[in-house]
Amino acid sequence: MFEKALSGSRKYWTLVFILLALAGAGVFFYLRQLSEGLVVTGMGRDVSWGFYISQFTFLVGVAASAVMVVLPYYLHDFKAFGKITILGEFLAISAVIMCILFVFVDMGQPFRIFNMFLHPTPNSMMFWDTVALIGYLLLNLFIGWATLGAERKGVAPPAWSRPLIYISIPWAVSIHTVTAFLYAGIPGRHLWLTAIMAARFLASAFASGPALLILLCMVVRRYTSFDPGREPIQALGKIVAYAMTINLFFIGLEFFTAYYSGIPGHSHSLDYLFFGLDGHGALVPFMWTSLGLAVLALALLINPSTRRNDRWLATGAAAVFFSIWLDKGLGLVVGGFIPNPFNSITEYFPTAPELIISLGVWALGFLILTLLYQITVAVREEARQ
Amino acid sequence: MHDRIKIFGGLALFIALATFPVWYARATGRANVAPEPKLVNAGKECVNTRAYMREYHMTMLNEWRDEVIRDGKRVPITVAGVKYQKSLTGSCMKCHANKADFCDTCHNYLGVSPSCWDCHNYPGERKHETR
Amino acid sequence: MKRDNNNELSRRGFLKKAGLLGLSVAGAGALMEVVFGDDVLAASAAESSAAVRWAMVVDMTKCAGRDACTDCMTACHRAHNVPSIKSRRHEIKWIWKEPFVNAFPELRGGRLRADLAKTDFIVLCNHCDNPPCVRVCPTKATWRRPDGIVMMDMHRCIGCRYCMAACPYGSRSFNWMDPRKALDEKAINQDYPTRTKGVVEKCDFCAERVDHGRLPVCVEACKEKALAFGNLSDAKSNVSKLCAGRFAIRRKPELGTRPEVYYIV
Repeated sequence: MFEKALSGSRKYWTLVFILLALAGAGVFFYLRQLSEGLVVTGMGRDVSWGFYISQFTFLVGVAASAVMVVLPYYLHDFKAFGKITILGEFLAISAVIMCILFVFVDMGQPFRIFNMFLHPTPNSMMFWDTVALIGYLLLNLFIGWATLGAERKGVAPPAWSRPLIYISIPWAVSIHTVTAFLYAGIPGRHLWLTAIMAARFLASAFASGPALLILLCMVVRRYTSFDPGREPIQALGKIVAYAMTINLFFIGLEFFTAYYSGIPGHSHSLDYLFFGLDGHGALVPFMWTSLGLAVLALALLINPSTRRNDRWLATGAAAVFFSIWLDKGLGLVVGGFIPNPFNSITEYFPTAPELIISLGVWALGFLILTLLYQITVAVREEARQ
Repeated sequence: MHDRIKIFGGLALFIALATFPVWYARATGRANVAPEPKLVNAGKECVNTRAYMREYHMTMLNEWRDEVIRDGKRVPITVAGVKYQKSLTGSCMKCHANKADFCDTCHNYLGVSPSCWDCHNYPGERKHETR
Repeated sequence: MKRDNNNELSRRGFLKKAGLLGLSVAGAGALMEVVFGDDVLAASAAESSAAVRWAMVVDMTKCAGRDACTDCMTACHRAHNVPSIKSRRHEIKWIWKEPFVNAFPELRGGRLRADLAKTDFIVLCNHCDNPPCVRVCPTKATWRRPDGIVMMDMHRCIGCRYCMAACPYGSRSFNWMDPRKALDEKAINQDYPTRTKGVVEKCDFCAERVDHGRLPVCVEACKEKALAFGNLSDAKSNVSKLCAGRFAIRRKPELGTRPEVYYIV
């Protein structure tokens, strides 16, 4: 089926080449990082994880969210999702690949990455996260490819794909739970040391991922011959509305515990993120933008009249996506490092090479997504004729 | 089968190109010059036989490394009444002090660039190698 | 005879441990914490039965007020080829000074003994009994030796910096660039390696010297004898006696990491 990715409209090829060019720029700057070291980034001994790991954390959520279309379709026989499960699975594939690339570009010694497998260390959450992510990638590759291949031939998906699908449902939950454990098990980083971290991660994942899927479905409907239909997009809108409400509720719980308990360490990072601490507040505008977008999104998505309007639905989905990208992608990771263990503050600003490398990874992910969606659309077209 | 000539011609060309280094070395005899690492302190006995060291010195160094750092087994090795610490800089490079003539000769010939020198010092090092 | 003694001790120790453990399992953990404090619990939970448990005691009554003195730091950083990088974000430190309220942030505020607030404390890796950095490392590049030293294998480190996120003491440094570019080539210690870029490093209690029966460089370098290094499992050792006779505190004991660097204040 790969050959389907080799023919497409002029617009398709333009998009492919733009993404390739962006990925190329990322590779160029990555080579510089490789020779000079991570000094080219804005990270330092106090904020030792930055933009890369925050993108990784956010994208694990996007990957996990495929379960929000797979589960209703396969477990509850929700027929409307039949047409878009493959889109969700392919989104998961490209998101996991981006996750792995973001971890890779964050390594100080990337050529030693196989030490993770040469010396497996089960007490490290990073080991389990690697296992979970690679497993999830393989599951979705096999499932997606098998179901699409079956669709092409007009037959039912092979029997072996069924158990894999059932496994992939708890597996999706596991990838984001383990990613939350990366943070939630660390003593001394009070912003992260919260039992609700995994729950928060899942809630925000089930909002941001389906929000992106809504936008992707609309793009596919507009620019290709494939129409996912109105019902699944509307159903996704409801999922996003519920998940985003729960996500905001969880964030509220964090605020309550931090401020009502009055324990200084528990509120310092939130102080820094939302109000500024000791005169430092680089992320304050971003965090309030995130909250503002979240409120806007809820207003648009909970209200049935706006949710049913495609334009408002798209606005709401975009608002959810960017709100969570700011909150979880930037605030959560960077905020955990501020203040540092000596209760002093070093702020973090990503550098241009860091941002271009990140953009390159996103472009590569979207390139993979574009190719996979192009194949899907072509197969569907062929099946219809 | 109109393309038979093209296919077999292409194959022949590929094989010729792929085996070029072999032919070239045969014809000129240049690549056959085996490297001759120069020994200083040649009279002294090494921690193992010459044949073993030639083939396995890197394995041995890795084992030493793991024993010393990871297992804390820092007991020196005694050869011919002389005690040697399990240490690249502390033992090997004390005898083989001529890195350029000893280590590099073979490493360059084989096209390997061990990362040892990214961190470990060697005698007479004028300026550190940086990467 | 001697062996019998040891067996007797370890049996008693075991019973005590089992008893304490049982109590805490029964739900009295919180109460015990209030009654006995962290140190008793630490000893009861997972005290290594090892005959050797290296620890350091910093006598701040000897160190305080010598603001200009950097003997221990200079000696350590020179011996281990630690580069002096000017950028605060990229600097590498094994042992350095932090103001009291930064080293012990939870003691900030309130009426503090007047001199403490102004005192710079010597900080270094705490060589915790229960080190979070070791727990999180995905390649076993850092681990705890049976004698308590938290070691670092710079050959194996992949530079993921998870240990830096996990260390609640800010003890770990990362080589953001090739450290050799920032080293004074003439002042280098030829007998100790440098590092390569992209790996994490920290104080290792001078394991290479301790294993050969020598004291850590910093301890040797201190003219005031403010740093003491020894075996906490040996009741007669200098560090055991210091801790038994003076009031010593540890950094962030509430996190359960059980640091092995004590400060006499």
